[in-house]
This record gives sequence, structure tokens and C-alpha cells, in this order.
Amino acid sequence: MREFLAMGGYAPYVWGSYLVMAGLLVVEMVQLRYRRRGLMGWLKRMARLTEQEERK
Amino acid sequence: MSERSIQWFRFTAPANFYDLAGRLIPWFAALTIALFAVGLYLGLVVAPPDYQQGDSYRIMYIHVPTAWMGMFLYVLMAVYAAIGLIWRIKMAEIMAKAIAPTGALMTFFALWTGALWGRPTWGVYWVWDARLTSMLILLFLYLGYMALHAAIDDRQRASNASAVLAMVGVVNVPIIYFSVQWWNTLHQGASITVTDAPTMATIMFVTLLIMTLAAWMYSIAVVLARARIEVLERERKATWVRERLETES
Repeated sequence: MREFLAMGGYAPYVWGSYLVMAGLLVVEMVQLRYRRRGLMGWLKRMARLTEQEERK
Repeated sequence: MSERSIQWFRFTAPANFYDLAGRLIPWFAALTIALFAVGLYLGLVVAPPDYQQGDSYRIMYIHVPTAWMGMFLYVLMAVYAAIGLIWRIKMAEIMAKAIAPTGALMTFFALWTGALWGRPTWGVYWVWDARLTSMLILLFLYLGYMALHAAIDDRQRASNASAVLAMVGVVNVPIIYFSVQWWNTLHQGASITVTDAPTMATIMFVTLLIMTLAAWMYSIAVVLARARIEVLERERKATWVRERLETES
């Protein structure tokens, strides 16, 4: 395990590449999820408002 | 406004796209996870160290797929942008806009991992040679495209203006690809071409292929998810959107 993590002395370069990529991919997915959730909430509020308007 | 108009709205392209993409995304996500799991295991554990570069060469398994993705996605973005500009197809405009952030991210990964690979192999993180510089320009083209889109309030004008930028920028892609042949550069030439057998061990080649497929599946899933959000934003007043709101969370 220790040998694996050491990457033959290239640990900062190899893990610096892989971990930064993994981290930013997660950021991209989380950001999309939040954006979708926010939009859905807003659309639903708007839909409720229009419904109330129509009922009047 | 009878039932007919509702029927008609239901079959407009954006609604179909929205439903189809919603069904496809879980499959692409599952493939992404499976391929990355296999690819990472092969690349980090199974594949032997390189006889010259030791373990540092393992950066290749993300460097090369992300560099390819950055270039492929740019061409794809420009094609969609052109279709949107010429034939006024709304979905094409949406796809072009949805591709840009992921393309920029992939290009950034290629530059980042390239720098971290360059340091142990060349002794420097960065040189201003043709391959590296043209790749940096690709990143700026993506960022410029996104900035231009964001800077113009009118949606149609924003789409048109950024589409022109995307199409002009395509000239950079062949420059990136052939830069290693046209100029003397520190960057090595292609190890994998369509015409010749790859100049690397089979396990390395297979791993690279799997990682490339994983990058493709990831990009497709994320771009579709982003395009779905864009469609909802643009079509927020359409009847089909209100129908979907009742069934989805």
C-alpha cells in the first residue's frame, strides 16, 4: 500500500494530477445538481403564482 | 386553445430532448463509473511502470484522454453552434452552450496534468512551445466563448455572436494536432494514429482506450444534464415544462 502511494517517488505529480481532476469533476457535478435544484424550485414557485392568478 | 395546442406543444423538439436525455443520463453515468473503475485499476495498479519514466508515466492515462476530449468537444461545440446559426435550431444552440464548460474543464485537465508530467520528464512545468501554447489558446477560446455568451443579454444575439467565435476558433484544433509535426517541440509526437499500430504495450493501450471511453461517457452525461437545465430555462413558459414540474422533483 505504502509502495502504491509512493508511486516510485512520483507521488506529488501522479496524485496531484489524479486528485485535482477527481475533485474538479465532483465540483462540476455538484454545481449542476444545485443549479437544477434551484431552477426547479423557482419554476415551481412561478407555476403556483400563475395558477393563483388564473383562479382570480 | 383546445387540446390540440397542448398536443402540439408536447411534441416540440425541446420536450422530446428533455425526456430522452433524462432517460439516457443514468446509463451514461453508470458506464462512466464502470469504465473509470476498470481504467483506474488497470492504470494505477495492473499496468507496469514505464522502463524510462517509472510511475510518472501513469499521468498519461488522464492526460491523453482529457486532451482528446478538449479537442473533440471543441469541434462538436463548433458544429452545433454552426447548425444553430445557419438553420436556427434551438436545440443545437443549447447543445453548443452546454458543451463549453465541460470542454474547458477537459482542456484545463490536459494542461494541468501535462505540467505535472512535464516537471519530472522535461524538468519544467511549462514551456512556450507549439503544442502547449496552442492548447492554452484552446482553453482561452472556450473561456472567451462562455464569456461572450454571458456578456450579451439578448439570448439570440448571444447565441449568434458566440457561434461565430466558436467557428473561427476551430482553426486552432488542427494546429494543436499537427503542432508536433510542424514545429520542433518538446512535446512528443502521437503514439497512437489511425494508420499505424500503437507504439506502446498492449496493456497500456487498452487502459488508455478504457480511460478515453470513460471520459467520453462522463462528458456526454454532464453535457446532457447541463443541456436539460438550459432547455428548462429557455422554455420555462411552455406547457410541457409545467407538465414535467408536476411529476419531477
